[in-house]
Amino acid sequence: MEKTWNNKAWFLVLPVLVLVAFSAVIPLMTVVNYSVQDTFGNNVFFWAGTEWFEELLSSDRFWQAMVRNLVFSFIILAIEIPLGIFIALNMPKKGWGVPVCLVLMALPLLIPWNVVGTIWQVFGRGDIGLLGYSLRSLGFDYNYVNDPYDAWVTVILMDVWHWTSLVVLLCYAGLVSIPDAYYQAAKIDGASRWAIFRYIQLPKMNRVLLIAVLLRFMDSFMIYTEPFVVTGGGPGNSTTFLSIDLVKIAIGQFDLGPAAAMSIVYFLIVLLMSWVFYTVMTNYDSGQ
Amino acid sequence: MARIDCNHIRHAYGPHPKSDKDYALKEVHHAFEDGGAYALLGPSGCGKTTLLNIISGLLHPSHGELLFDGRDVTNLSTQERNIAQVFQFPVIYDTMTVYDNLAFPLRNRGVPETDVDRKVRETLEMTGLADMARRKARGLTADQKQKISLGRGLVRSDVNAILFDEPLTVIDPHMKWVLRSQLKQLHRRFGFTMVYVTHDQTEALTFAENVVVMYEGEIVQIGSPAELFERPKHTFVGYFIGSPGMNVMPVAVEGRNARLGSQTIELPGAPKAGTAGAIELGIRPEYVRLGRDGMAVKISKVEDVGRHKVVRASLEGREIAAVIGEDGTVPAEPKVRFDPARINIYADSWRVEMGA
Amino acid sequence: MLELRNVTKTVGAAEHIRDVSLTLQHGSLNVLLGPTLSGKTSLMRLMAGLDVPASGSVWFDGKDVTGMPVQKRNVAMVYQQFINYPAMTVYENIASPLRVAGAEQAKIDREVRDTAALLKLTPYLDRTPLNLSGGQQQRTALARAIVKNAGLVLLDEPLANLDYKLREELRAELPRIFAAAGTIFVYATTEPHEALLLGGNTATLSEGRITQFGPTIDVFRKPNDLVTAKTFADPPLNTIVLKKSGSSFLLDGGVNLPVPADLAGIADTSYTIGFQPHHLSLARPSPSAVSVKAKVSVTEITGSESFVHLDFADVRWVMLEHGILVFEPDQVIEVFIDPRHIMVFDASGRSATPPQMLAA
Repeated sequence: MEKTWNNKAWFLVLPVLVLVAFSAVIPLMTVVNYSVQDTFGNNVFFWAGTEWFEELLSSDRFWQAMVRNLVFSFIILAIEIPLGIFIALNMPKKGWGVPVCLVLMALPLLIPWNVVGTIWQVFGRGDIGLLGYSLRSLGFDYNYVNDPYDAWVTVILMDVWHWTSLVVLLCYAGLVSIPDAYYQAAKIDGASRWAIFRYIQLPKMNRVLLIAVLLRFMDSFMIYTEPFVVTGGGPGNSTTFLSIDLVKIAIGQFDLGPAAAMSIVYFLIVLLMSWVFYTVMTNYDSGQ
Repeated sequence: MARIDCNHIRHAYGPHPKSDKDYALKEVHHAFEDGGAYALLGPSGCGKTTLLNIISGLLHPSHGELLFDGRDVTNLSTQERNIAQVFQFPVIYDTMTVYDNLAFPLRNRGVPETDVDRKVRETLEMTGLADMARRKARGLTADQKQKISLGRGLVRSDVNAILFDEPLTVIDPHMKWVLRSQLKQLHRRFGFTMVYVTHDQTEALTFAENVVVMYEGEIVQIGSPAELFERPKHTFVGYFIGSPGMNVMPVAVEGRNARLGSQTIELPGAPKAGTAGAIELGIRPEYVRLGRDGMAVKISKVEDVGRHKVVRASLEGREIAAVIGEDGTVPAEPKVRFDPARINIYADSWRVEMGA
Repeated sequence: MLELRNVTKTVGAAEHIRDVSLTLQHGSLNVLLGPTLSGKTSLMRLMAGLDVPASGSVWFDGKDVTGMPVQKRNVAMVYQQFINYPAMTVYENIASPLRVAGAEQAKIDREVRDTAALLKLTPYLDRTPLNLSGGQQQRTALARAIVKNAGLVLLDEPLANLDYKLREELRAELPRIFAAAGTIFVYATTEPHEALLLGGNTATLSEGRITQFGPTIDVFRKPNDLVTAKTFADPPLNTIVLKKSGSSFLLDGGVNLPVPADLAGIADTSYTIGFQPHHLSLARPSPSAVSVKAKVSVTEITGSESFVHLDFADVRWVMLEHGILVFEPDQVIEVFIDPRHIMVFDASGRSATPPQMLAA
């Protein structure tokens, strides 16, 4: 796109800069400040240097939570992206089915995080929840409160239910932008269903998929509310993700220094991973 | 390559067509000969693209049947019909190289890789794309992309017909000349059955041996460029072909003479049909002679279009156009004369034959 | 009066417009002619104020408007796509710029009806654009641009999306419509034929540069350089490189073309000779015409005319002849070049004809 150079434009950006400064930069600097100091309350601080960082990076608790996060993100990406593409491919492209499908798909996205958590907490209960009760009636020993495996399944199911729609909607937007002539040409060329997907639909969805993967990765890596509501990080520490751990340290134990150090490390990891995803995928896109 | 028969084909887009006007295609009964180059010419909404899509199998006609070399293909899918089509906007697989684009239709059909390679190389030569075989298709210009689309059709030796849907729309004027003459050479060398849809008379007339002029869902005339120009069967053909189109004016016919207001125009013969209905006289601007004798006209405008001039004038209160040469001039008291042999007479818009 | 002074526009490392100076008068029709990506749209965006030039300035009626945004300038634009308000009637569409300007009802009604009459839209005033043909939709967009009474109306290939015949009809009416409006019109097109039909002035563009600007027919007949001549030729310009020796242009193959009298003084060296397809003929057009033997490649027949593609030496020519010609492919035929209608360009592509002759 062509760009117009006009210095007045900076004045228009100013309010946003001020807002971002107050909402992001200043809190972040505060956190940096905490991370290198120790406090016993009363606003008395002592210089602690890199002590909290060293402690954090050598703690098993941190690395375990980290691995849990990565495994969780990997699993939900592996489920939601293909599933989202699959649903988008099978959605109607015209007619009355389009608005119906779009509304159905948008529904889970409209529900607040903590409500989603509550819904699944109830849904999965063995005594009154539809899912839990049904599973038990079928003979499964399902109990997300006691069984780490069941807890994971529940949290993953919940995330898939909540967020696959986003992938679907993004992919659908990419798909409907493909002109009919492409499908007609593919028919004439005798292309199989798979070839149409591989050479027409997937290339046209490239960009939206990049956005979908980035959004889903960042969101899932920072997941907090839903597992907190459903499992509270348990049983044991089995669903204690970085964010939950962080809140435990900061609010539960009121260890501001270690919590701040962890926040920064956490923030840098998300930033780094997003950057890696972005570079890899854009390079793949242009290197084709 | 194959002969294509359209047997009484009618098509309506709505589910329950009642009257004629519900049909996008009213009735087409026509044969495209094996190895012929045809153009379907008409304004938008005349049904030309509908007919093309019926031939390619992208649409199933409401009535009638379609035969390829005598075999009924009406219910066959696009793949089974074995045709090739070039669309208005270039359709290419932009993640593939030019080579892979051309190989795609063959690989889809399970052709052995050695044959694929041979056919693709031949096609690359034919279309002049050999230099860029290894390049990604996405970075190419519009005309190169259209050649790839065409190449994907040419690469299959068993193709029944190659269909074109306004393929030069996005091509610059200079490149149109090059592509058109290459297309004509390809046709001459390999004898493909080609059907070319366009609203552009120059493209249609220069491409095809037989031009099918369509108007409001019907074929109004099929003929060589010369026939369409000299003896338009319908006033619409006279208007649509030629620029400016044919001058058409209402007249009263008496024997071998036509009366236009106070003027009498001599005809090459007496019109054979009855002179009932609305009678009109048609004369091409190219055959209106501007000079010092004939019928007096008032000149309203002279357009110099480079290789000739178009004179706009009024004759008996009706607008007419005349074409004069590059160096032609308009005399002081301008008069026009119609070349008698080039006059056509129309009754209710359809051409009537003239006797001796 | 709109003036561009040494305007340049760069996007990244690419130069889209290179040092363009142009003066357009009120009440004039100016055609920007050039192939896709030659800079027509970029130039229009600069004129409108949608873009700011990297260097140089834009003046309107003696005022420097270089940095002034489009909202503050009095310009109207018509695009290749038919852009109208789909929910409004044709009447309301045409009235919209007047309503925005806060004109009184009586004036709005009068101007809308006048403009609609000019564009032959009177019968459709109560319809919405989507119930109109493409030609009528584009007429509505044109009417909206004209009723705005803008000092500058920019039309970016406005007929490109219309059927051939509709294009022809609207094209014939446009000069009359433009003359009635009396503002500066700028009209971009890729088609030489369209420029000739519109008349007015033409600026030929090539790679972001204006190669020539002047009355359309003069630019067509007397191009200053080879690039202009090629841009302004459809079918493509026929060219051949010949060596001048005394009073003749020579080619080893046996061509011997007499040098036109006004060019007798130019140096003996190589020149590119250009001539239009209709100046290559089957019959000897004048006693001085030169006979050439060329091989037929393809013949295209339009009904009244034939385009014969010919191979001669290492070049491809097109001959445009009246009537229907039938030749066998590869047949060798005799054709004539009329030295009265040749254009002569030197090695740098400049016209060899002295400038005062070009101006005449």
